[in-house]
Amino acid sequence: MRCGEFHTTYASDMGIFDTRRARWVLGAFMVALFAVPSFATSYWMDVANRAGIAVIAAMGLNILTGFTGQISLGNAAFLAVGAYTTAFLAGHGMPFVVACPVSGIVTALAGMVFGIPSLRLKGLYLAMATLAAHFIVEFAASHWDAVTGGVAGVSIPSPRILGFDFSDDRSLFFLIIPICIAGLYFAKNLFRTRVGKAFVAIRDQDISAEVMGVDVFRYKLLSFAVSSFYVGVAGSLLAYQARIISPENFPLGVAIDHLGMIIIGGLGSVLGSVLGAIFLTLLPEILRLANSAAAGSFPGLIQLFTPLKLAVFGLTIVLFLIFEPDGLADLWRRIRNWFRLYPFSY
Amino acid sequence: MEFFLQLTLNGLVVGSIYSLVALGFVIIYKSSGILNFAQGEFLLLGAYVFLAITSQANVPTLPALALTFAFATLLGLVLERVVLRPLIGEPIISVIMVTLGLSSVLRAIVQGIWGTDTRPVHAVFSLDPIQIGPLPVARGYLYSAASVAVLLVLLTLFFKYARPGIAMRATAASQQVSLSMGISVRRIFALSWSIAAVVSAAGGVLLATMRGGVDGSLAVLGLKVLPVVIVGGLDSIGGAILGGLLVGVLENLAGGYLDPVFGGGVKEVAPFVALVLILMVKPYGLFGKVRIERV
Repeated sequence: MRCGEFHTTYASDMGIFDTRRARWVLGAFMVALFAVPSFATSYWMDVANRAGIAVIAAMGLNILTGFTGQISLGNAAFLAVGAYTTAFLAGHGMPFVVACPVSGIVTALAGMVFGIPSLRLKGLYLAMATLAAHFIVEFAASHWDAVTGGVAGVSIPSPRILGFDFSDDRSLFFLIIPICIAGLYFAKNLFRTRVGKAFVAIRDQDISAEVMGVDVFRYKLLSFAVSSFYVGVAGSLLAYQARIISPENFPLGVAIDHLGMIIIGGLGSVLGSVLGAIFLTLLPEILRLANSAAAGSFPGLIQLFTPLKLAVFGLTIVLFLIFEPDGLADLWRRIRNWFRLYPFSY
Repeated sequence: MEFFLQLTLNGLVVGSIYSLVALGFVIIYKSSGILNFAQGEFLLLGAYVFLAITSQANVPTLPALALTFAFATLLGLVLERVVLRPLIGEPIISVIMVTLGLSSVLRAIVQGIWGTDTRPVHAVFSLDPIQIGPLPVARGYLYSAASVAVLLVLLTLFFKYARPGIAMRATAASQQVSLSMGISVRRIFALSWSIAAVVSAAGGVLLATMRGGVDGSLAVLGLKVLPVVIVGGLDSIGGAILGGLLVGVLENLAGGYLDPVFGGGVKEVAPFVALVLILMVKPYGLFGKVRIERV
């Protein structure tokens, strides 16, 4: 009878999967995931793609905020940098395989520039510096017409790889989800290396980390770069999916949404970024369904939908922070353990 | 020269509003170390409650103001008790997020009750401009400048001489020591939230009167004022007031001289550029308390 999970070697302790069953479950989930486009409507394919992009962006933010402890309100700005870089490159005839990674790299550089103040700033003051980054990028996006198309926006051709045209949401799904999986796999492994452990050390106690030989500034900048790379790739995919981007695609609300995702999912958890991003992308859709279902009996609900969405978003964050501060990832872990050790858990 | 003077004067008067809103931030930060991102929504709610009391219940101005302030006090107390207290000792990110979540809930409540249209508000004072030398100044700005001056004196005296004010400073310095000296830290937090809510409600009513109406855009001021508090230093009342005036003048000058070059929008972004530059040179703002860390 199993009564717990016991590791006898360091290798198994460091393993990504703690049991063989987890491997099978993940494999089955992947198969199910790639079967989705064969039956989902095009509306839900759009939702699925947005969820995939949100997962990448939330993963990036979680690397910076959840693992390294540097609070960032600039995620919408970094998303915009990635999206506009893609728009510029794709508009000049660059193929997807060039535009997407280059967008990530450009955003990583932008992230490092705005990460420089983190040498001297912590906590709230750093949050303010990244908030300033948001407004500065927003200003650039709406006024640098030559690159960004200004407030009117700019359109992006659909991505092509080896002559195949990813022109609708159904085919884009097969582009976005593999990139998403690769990003998660990289992140999961990152935190088993020296770099990832240095990030966590900086989050837990920056002064101790410095004393123990972690070059705090270098690793903070690296964290900004890695995080922004993810967000830049997410921005690039967002540009390809949205077809037309304008500054209106990147309001401060997006940055707050992404922070909400990692809070609800779980700070400092790869699984948490995934769960949180999917949860917050699906929440408005489910609300919309529930709202239109209830509108038959309460006609007034239709006008109340926008405030309702806002209230549910705010309440979810507040309630999670008060009652489940470790987020969905921890909730999932507890549920899993309860079933794994059933009936002799204690 | 006249253009410069007009811009500077406009900056000073707009800055006085910023100072008023910034005071709300500083009071909460000074005692509890929380930056309240829902400050803009406090303004909004204050203005709407005043609107509801005056135009829907037909209460005259002064009692209506008193009722609005009473409501704001209650709001501050309830929010502190229900939302903020469970998060004492949690990491900063949680506290930032809880106030951001709070701001969406408050905005949703306001939208749900009053909708998104601009509503005319009962004027607290007349809106004819007053001439100062050669330049006309809107009356509302003078009132806000006056109320900022009054609040500055009152709050400075309060923090210096009144028992609760001293207790608030003690709490800011060290919660543990204050607890052992018999100060109820919880009561201090509640007090600071209700003071901040009242100051914000006053700002909301002033702004609504000056604009002649109230709508959701009032809440944007909560974010606009962040550079002010940072420039002045998060825990300095004098800094908040000077920061407000500085940012007001800066954005008006930048807007007046640079907008034609960049084609608009400089006014909004200039305070944030200044914010980044100041943070790089003086990480704790101009007047903020410098925290020295030792290993």
